Amino acid sequence: MSETLSAGSPTGGSTPLMRYAALGTSLLATLFGLLWALNAADTGMAIHGWIFTLASALSLGYLAMNLNPTKANPFEEVDQGYNFSVVRFGAVASVFWGVVGFLVGLVIALQLAAPALNFDWPFTNFGRLRPLHTSAVIFAFGGNVLLCTSFYTVQRTCRTRLAGNLAPWFVFWGYQLFIVLAATGYVLGISQGKEYAEPEWYVDLWLTVVWVVYLLVFLGTLMKRKEPHIYVGNWFFLAFIVTVAMLHLVNNMTIPLSLTSSSSVIVWAGVQDAMVQWWYGHNAVGFFLTAGFLGIMYYFVPKRAGRPVYSYRLSIIHFWSLIFLYIWAGPHHLHYTALPDWAQTLGMVFSVMLWMPSWGGMINGLMTLSGAWDKLRTDPVIRMLVVSVAFYGMSTFEGPVMSIKAVNSLSHYTDWTIGHVHSGALGWVGFVSFGALYCLVPWVWGRERLYSIKMVSWHFWIATIGIVLYICSMWVAGIMQGLMWRTYNSLGFLEYSFAETVAAMNPYYWIRALGGLLFVIGSLIMAYNIYKTIRGDLREEDLPTGQIAAA
Amino acid sequence: MTKFSHEKFEKNSILLLVGILVVVAIGGLVEIVPLFLVKSTIEKVEGMRPYTPLELEGRQIYVREGCYVCHSQMIRSLRAEVERYGHYSLAAESMYDHPFQWGSRRTGPDLARVGGKYSDDWHRVHMDDPRAVVPESIMPGYPFLAKTPLNYNDLVARLKANRMAGVPYTDEMIAAAEEDLKAQSDPDADWDGLLERYPGAVTRDFDGNPEMISEFDALVAYLQMLGTLVDYDVFEPEADGNQR
Amino acid sequence: MDYHQVAQFSETWGLVILLSMFLGGVVYALWPSNKSKFDQAAMLPLDDDAEAQQ
Repeated sequence: MSETLSAGSPTGGSTPLMRYAALGTSLLATLFGLLWALNAADTGMAIHGWIFTLASALSLGYLAMNLNPTKANPFEEVDQGYNFSVVRFGAVASVFWGVVGFLVGLVIALQLAAPALNFDWPFTNFGRLRPLHTSAVIFAFGGNVLLCTSFYTVQRTCRTRLAGNLAPWFVFWGYQLFIVLAATGYVLGISQGKEYAEPEWYVDLWLTVVWVVYLLVFLGTLMKRKEPHIYVGNWFFLAFIVTVAMLHLVNNMTIPLSLTSSSSVIVWAGVQDAMVQWWYGHNAVGFFLTAGFLGIMYYFVPKRAGRPVYSYRLSIIHFWSLIFLYIWAGPHHLHYTALPDWAQTLGMVFSVMLWMPSWGGMINGLMTLSGAWDKLRTDPVIRMLVVSVAFYGMSTFEGPVMSIKAVNSLSHYTDWTIGHVHSGALGWVGFVSFGALYCLVPWVWGRERLYSIKMVSWHFWIATIGIVLYICSMWVAGIMQGLMWRTYNSLGFLEYSFAETVAAMNPYYWIRALGGLLFVIGSLIMAYNIYKTIRGDLREEDLPTGQIAAA
Repeated sequence: MTKFSHEKFEKNSILLLVGILVVVAIGGLVEIVPLFLVKSTIEKVEGMRPYTPLELEGRQIYVREGCYVCHSQMIRSLRAEVERYGHYSLAAESMYDHPFQWGSRRTGPDLARVGGKYSDDWHRVHMDDPRAVVPESIMPGYPFLAKTPLNYNDLVARLKANRMAGVPYTDEMIAAAEEDLKAQSDPDADWDGLLERYPGAVTRDFDGNPEMISEFDALVAYLQMLGTLVDYDVFEPEADGNQR
Repeated sequence: MDYHQVAQFSETWGLVILLSMFLGGVVYALWPSNKSKFDQAAMLPLDDDAEAQQ
């Protein structure tokens, strides 16, 4: 049947009716985009209108040329009836956005060390590039990793093909369009001024549409599964999808100035907006960067180690207490501010309690290796995964400490926070993603193993040194600046002017940038290794025995 | 009981979804809803007013350029901060802020009370080249602000959207919006109407260029009023409604 | 609604409800007869080499 033959192409597997419906929708979207671009109230909106038109026209053109898919799926033997094509696209997109996001991070790190690099030009100033960096690494890199790993995990553990045929492709390409709209918007100066939620109202709406389809695809796959149980990794993915939807909707409630304006006014004000924002912001960490990536850990660590998760019982307690407690932690971003004390105290208490389920998860991940610790030595991919879990444990210990009001009075507003975030982001999210990609790419391209295992080792060590430089310099810089701000001289006056505390940071900003550079180099090694693996090349290497078995 | 309970979660995806939603909803509800219902969340103070049209457009530039990623607008109730920046910030002081701009990192100093601290001339040099006045500064320069005419096509729509979100802009304020915007940076204008609608507004030509209303005019009009509205001579921090 | 009403509810009923939710979860996870089910679920990632079933 042509359906199975063409299951690898985006239109494969779908019925002709669905393909015509998709064609019609693309046509409508193209016309809508044109109308929107031509009637835009400001330049930014016009540019975004044209980008939307172009994207819809590309989709229209592709669908028109592939209304009768006959091309055989070159990966039929690998795919075994699963939809891994979208997983392959997601893996490539993850590597691409990862390198882009890390590079922008390096650029803004250098801007802090050498401000001339801002070029005093609107499109290159730190204020606009910093949201570009945070969104590129969190939503573009992290988001694509979550898309492809969740689509892989849910199919494998449910033993069934992904629900929908065109829908997963809409999720993938729609999400890339969201990234492009958000990123170009920042550079053009389109921002609603809320950290990690900078995209404006129409980009938020587009993401909502994409996200709902993502939820439906994921849920639909769970519903048609061929196993009695839903594996715990999928609970984490589901919690991530559902909770991010809730956070996104509430935090982005805005009133557009008009339907053709790129600007809007948020409905929340002042102290309430602050609470909603950090409820969102902290749970973007809790559910996007933690729950989702724990889903990855619960599948990829056992799979790569070849043994079941240490304690399934612990994973149940871990899951429910983690998602329950995380949601409360937001107010620790607002200690000693105008937020009422009772809310600050709640935020602190729940953040400290959060330490327990976080370490429950860490123990579960690490102890999965018990009885197979030798793999740490022989398999650098496992080493990456295990060290990511160790970083997770470290930052989820540091986090509760920093949420204690007395500690926070020193750490808040300083680079200690930046260091803390990066020990989680580079160490935990970065490494668990790299580990998962190193597993996934040979699996879904049907390769015997990665092009080079030694390069994984190089990536691991270079990136680890980078992370250590990064977080240590930020600890020192942050604690130093926090202390300088509160130092008094013998006459009872503040000892340092603000400018003096800025000058003192300079050497640490250079060390941080060096750490970032090493991390970027590591990611380039990965990109090359994955590119060669996809091409099907194998580098001749002396491998310790037992290493390639897992591939 | 156990036969019933969790098995269903594991076997029924919809039930799992609902369970997750209930569990993650609790914390947010408990922390957010009372902030709207408990009356003492925002103190009663003298002097708060909505932003003038020029200040509001300036604030939009502050948001557009991402100033909040390096500057906070929230002085915490800690001795060293109060001595460095002034009276700790009150919730009432950001009650008309859509969105709030409290910030999270002080790469640069707090700006909650920067209003009146520096002259317009200082801001002019500083925006053009921050290191000309503060050699240690790592702030980017914003020379383009003074050269770019302010685009206020969307002014009335912005005021109306703010009113929908709860800022008490009157019909009169909205009708006079453009006029007020032009008057505020025009040294020869009649300011009576503006000052009646927005008591305490700072009126002068901020960029020293009478030829045009620049983005710099708007941004500095905003900066020069930050933290200056509340009358701390009559504010009683120990009063019943102000203890939170 | 004022602060004291909110505080009183959370210090009484709030505490009881949340604590019992937590204990319910722990008892379920540790209940001996559930063990075999969990062991089965834990093996899901490992024996997934079968083909997709439509």
